[in-house]
Amino acid sequence: MQITGAELFVKALLAEKVDTLFAYPGGQAIDLFNALYGVEGLDVILPRHEQGLVHAADGYARSTGKVGVCLVTSGPGATNLVTGIATANYDSVPLVCFTGQVPTHLIGNDAFQEVDIVGITRSISKYAVTVRRREDLGAVIKKAFYIARSGKPGVVVVDLPKDIQQALGSDGYPQSIEIRSYKPNISVHIGQIKKSLDCLKRAKHPVFLLGGGVNISRANEVMAALAEKTGIPVVTTIMGKGAIPTSHPLYVGNLGIHGSYAANTAISECDVLFSIGVRFNDRITGKVSEFAKSATIIHVDIDPASISRNIEVDIPIVADAKNAITALLEKSPEFDFHEWRIQIDEWKKQKPLGTKQTGESGVTPFAVIQKINEIFSDAVITTDVGQNQLWATQFLELTDQKQMLTSGGLGTMGYGFPAALGAKLGNPDKDVITICGDGGIQMNIQEMATAIVYELPVIICILNNGYLGNVRQWQEMFFDKRYSSTCLRYRRSCAATCNTPSACCPEYTPDFIRLAESYGAKAIRVQKRDEIEAALLSAKNRKKIPTVIEFIIEREENVLPIVPPGNPLSDMIMGGEEDEEKMDQPFC
Amino acid sequence: MKKRWISLFVENDIGVLARISGLFSGKSYNLNSLTVGTTEDTTISRMTISLTSDDKTFEQIKKQLNRSVEVIKVVDFMDTAIHMKELMFVKIHGCSEHDMMKLSYMKEIFQAKMIDYAPSMALLESVQTEAGNNDLLKLLESDFSGRIEVVRGGSVAIEAISFSER
Repeated sequence: MQITGAELFVKALLAEKVDTLFAYPGGQAIDLFNALYGVEGLDVILPRHEQGLVHAADGYARSTGKVGVCLVTSGPGATNLVTGIATANYDSVPLVCFTGQVPTHLIGNDAFQEVDIVGITRSISKYAVTVRRREDLGAVIKKAFYIARSGKPGVVVVDLPKDIQQALGSDGYPQSIEIRSYKPNISVHIGQIKKSLDCLKRAKHPVFLLGGGVNISRANEVMAALAEKTGIPVVTTIMGKGAIPTSHPLYVGNLGIHGSYAANTAISECDVLFSIGVRFNDRITGKVSEFAKSATIIHVDIDPASISRNIEVDIPIVADAKNAITALLEKSPEFDFHEWRIQIDEWKKQKPLGTKQTGESGVTPFAVIQKINEIFSDAVITTDVGQNQLWATQFLELTDQKQMLTSGGLGTMGYGFPAALGAKLGNPDKDVITICGDGGIQMNIQEMATAIVYELPVIICILNNGYLGNVRQWQEMFFDKRYSSTCLRYRRSCAATCNTPSACCPEYTPDFIRLAESYGAKAIRVQKRDEIEAALLSAKNRKKIPTVIEFIIEREENVLPIVPPGNPLSDMIMGGEEDEEKMDQPFC
Repeated sequence: MKKRWISLFVENDIGVLARISGLFSGKSYNLNSLTVGTTEDTTISRMTISLTSDDKTFEQIKKQLNRSVEVIKVVDFMDTAIHMKELMFVKIHGCSEHDMMKLSYMKEIFQAKMIDYAPSMALLESVQTEAGNNDLLKLLESDFSGRIEVVRGGSVAIEAISFSER
């Protein structure tokens, strides 16, 4: 039977078991939307901005493990995806993004709403292609889904010219596809596994360093079993957090420039660093030449290009994390690293995270996140980017039932809230919370309307300090407190330069409470510590509409510890002397 | 830092050349030359790439090329006997009779051909290794400074059959 390209597009989505499509229409996509009209088994979600759309698809994909699917029009619709595509691709999130395009005979003509989106996204996607012949359409879509979800997952952009959407052609959609130039290696080389285990036999102070790859391959359970069998302490990157439950006795903490004292010290002192699914990004290594200096480094990664790129690796293992961990679990003997564990526990006790935060009101990020930990047991928590993210990655407790989504690689402000909407659509029975700052929330706040119209009761926690706090912290610590363009309470009436926030500062705009209410959401402002719990509980009980909770926090609260740029991980700023004294009296 | 050669088998599709050259510019790899053409299988193109890098970066470049979806095979030419040639045209303007004499010596010695001619102009075609073309060019530049026009094609290379040296 002959069907249009648009009809085949819908058929392909259904064949790929797509249940949720994040889509924003426009002139060059109108035929596709026409074909989608009234289709059963496929929820078409209309966000309010294409950037919100792609982050929502990303949140959906990360939280469900399925491919997130976007559909937008040509030109500005397509370019508005760019940040979201880079965000997802950097964190290996499987997305397929369909973009409308001007008809093939107009491509290159500077036609209305024409952009070369394939060219624009070439360096930020896994694969990008314009469909130029109607007869290729089915195979291209099949290929797109396969490439997005296999190997190291990533973003595929499929550009669909209008005439291809309209052209009649075969209704066949391939069952499978063979791509000669694309053969991701996922199986594991047993020889290398044995070599790595031999190395552990000689170790005294080994550490597992787990990254996003462990979470992406859903290896959490086998990983916990492997940690238990070997008795090796576990450190995670931000993307690897939750690889084993954070309450696990073997879990040490996150490493990196805002890592915990115990984790950074363990990494600096270990003799074998068994890393799985990490990239050794500059945010985790600190000064590269000092990183795990005396350790033999074992590195499991699905991407050969990640191996020995930033850190010279002694034993490389190219494989899917889950396959490698399963093989390790099978072949590994039991070890005894008792003394090393006692040492690490000692470090943990000596310098715990978060206890130095002292807002006058008691509404500290630590107190807020501790309450989130207590109240929510089956949840997806997204973060935005900045201090809110760093606090969340330090303090959040994760389990098999609690997952954190964060823009780790690209560090995209505006990610958290729309990602939460996607996560809620994919996990209607879970509580979905986003932790964001007053800066980032405003980058995609228009999606409040999306939350309302689709009845998504997400909980939006805004940690409001009236600053772009992370940059302000750097300005405080490394730029002589020159608060250049970081105060969000600044008004024309203010002095041209100011680094002394006070009670006299101009009022914050917008008023998040009235803004949220105008969308039809519930909004609560929390200014005292004892209001935190009630606000979160009432939000948890709301089943149809989102709740905005604005936590008014100390304006100049810092993320600590911090490894200053260029320093080795072992050289952390922990906080002042006063803080040292308070450290013994954690207030939560 | 060392000069290196790679041969790349890629899908003969629109945008592949941009993807490969974009990889070099985007990641600040030092690309010297890149040639591309179809092979006996018209769905496959073969590129010969010359680049300059240290050992570590070279390993990374090969891996990055390999992970590109459109790349079928990466062949490292560093430890392989290959045949490699580059086409170069040099047009020489304002030639006196004496110049023409010099040119005919040069072309003999460098095995170049004079493929076009006018009373005061000559066009040389030289198919040599890149280094061979460099040598010829150096000589031409010193003798005909400001009077030459050069176009070079970049090298193409293929594995040797019985030769053991490049």
